[in-house]
Amino acid sequence: MQSLGISVLFKGMNMQRLFQGLMVTVRIAFISIIFGSLLGIVLGVIWTSKSKWIRSACRLYLELFRIIPILVWLFIMYFGVTTALNIDLSGETVSVIVFTLWGAAEMGDIVRGALESLPKHQIESGKALGFSFWDLYRYILIPQAVRRMLPVSINLATRMIKTTSLVVLIGVIDVTKVGQQIIELSRLEVPTASFWVYGFVFILYFIICYPLSRLSRVLENKWNG
Amino acid sequence: MEWLGVSIVDRKTDEVLLEIKGLYKKYDETTVLEDINLSIKKGEIVVVLGPSGCGKSTLLRCLNGLEKIQKGDIRFHNKSIVNNDVNWQEIRQRIGMVFQNYELFPHMTVIENIILGPIKVQKRKKSEVMEQARQLLDRVGLLDRQNSYPRQLSGGQKQRIAIVRALCMNPEIMLFDEVTASLDPEMVREVLDVILGLAKQGMTMVIVTHEMSFARAVADKIVFIDKGRICEISEPQEFFEKPKTGRAQQFLNIFQY
Repeated sequence: MQSLGISVLFKGMNMQRLFQGLMVTVRIAFISIIFGSLLGIVLGVIWTSKSKWIRSACRLYLELFRIIPILVWLFIMYFGVTTALNIDLSGETVSVIVFTLWGAAEMGDIVRGALESLPKHQIESGKALGFSFWDLYRYILIPQAVRRMLPVSINLATRMIKTTSLVVLIGVIDVTKVGQQIIELSRLEVPTASFWVYGFVFILYFIICYPLSRLSRVLENKWNG
Repeated sequence: MEWLGVSIVDRKTDEVLLEIKGLYKKYDETTVLEDINLSIKKGEIVVVLGPSGCGKSTLLRCLNGLEKIQKGDIRFHNKSIVNNDVNWQEIRQRIGMVFQNYELFPHMTVIENIILGPIKVQKRKKSEVMEQARQLLDRVGLLDRQNSYPRQLSGGQKQRIAIVRALCMNPEIMLFDEVTASLDPEMVREVLDVILGLAKQGMTMVIVTHEMSFARAVADKIVFIDKGRICEISEPQEFFEKPKTGRAQQFLNIFQY
């Protein structure tokens, strides 16, 4: 009966399993976002170097992630690199590695852009006060760059969360995969299962991503206010 | 001599603090500064004048290592500060500089702007720095703005705070690079008053400015630069009344209607 379609979510362990899947998604996404951002900041600072070689190397690294689909990266790492190097990595570990590397590339570009947009006299007045290279970045340039790049980096974070749904293809059971399994099991009894289950997954993604964009707006208002 | 009813006392000493010898500065093929020789004694106030683009700001920037020089020597306390092993982080704490664009850090409050350098660079105790910062703010009449952000302040207020920020590092000499040039006319006075207050305390200063009456009142020595060369070095009265060179005379004529 169609009106009871929603009950599929509460049958057996379904709800619990969906949340377990969600935890996998959240874990992969957040670890990657945190490490990707940290690496990205370092990369972005290096990227502002005057050396043409360093700049080209950073550019190449970013382009590798822009040109090659993330799915292909997951395959290369999961099936290719692990066999070639004869190491055993779980799908989840590979996912974290790929998403971290991707996040670092995109974040590096964002940080570079934000740093280069800062007025040159900010650097000079910091230097004139005797700040060393790293302290100049740490106390003066990066805090200002963070404020400028916040909207784009939150956008990157939500993009990373959403793209983690690709990890099913290397056998990781994330929230989308759990949904699929539930639908396959209950399709005969509940023909509308896919509507309810995917609808619920949709809401779960929304619940993770929405607070992030809220947060970015709050911080923006606070800093510009 | 008087300025704002305050007489300026002679506080020059014979100790040479900063000495420039045969300095050349080039950008690619263009020579910006040519054979500059100048010595600044402790307590002395040197005002650098000259037409726009003559190299006077560049000279100031060379003095605290923001520009590399191609030839010559700059000596601070009789030690060269142009070779490669110079620790500019250390030197810059002792040579304060304030720029034309009031470059406060926009993400920090006034007081945070001032105490950042002393605490992070000089590793001084926060309580002691705070006290000094408040005293300095009080002296420039801005103690009530200590928790404001730069965007809430006027240009003149920002520039006074930039001066306080440099002073809180306890420099031995201050460089002022056209600090009133981008201010609205009614705010120029409040900034010049602060510099004048410093003069009374005996601070050694090199000032690049276009405020002629201020230059005349505050300077011990006027250095006139044109096309990258020092054309003349005179006492203020002599410079403004009987300049030695035709170029200085021409320059002064521009300021008289």
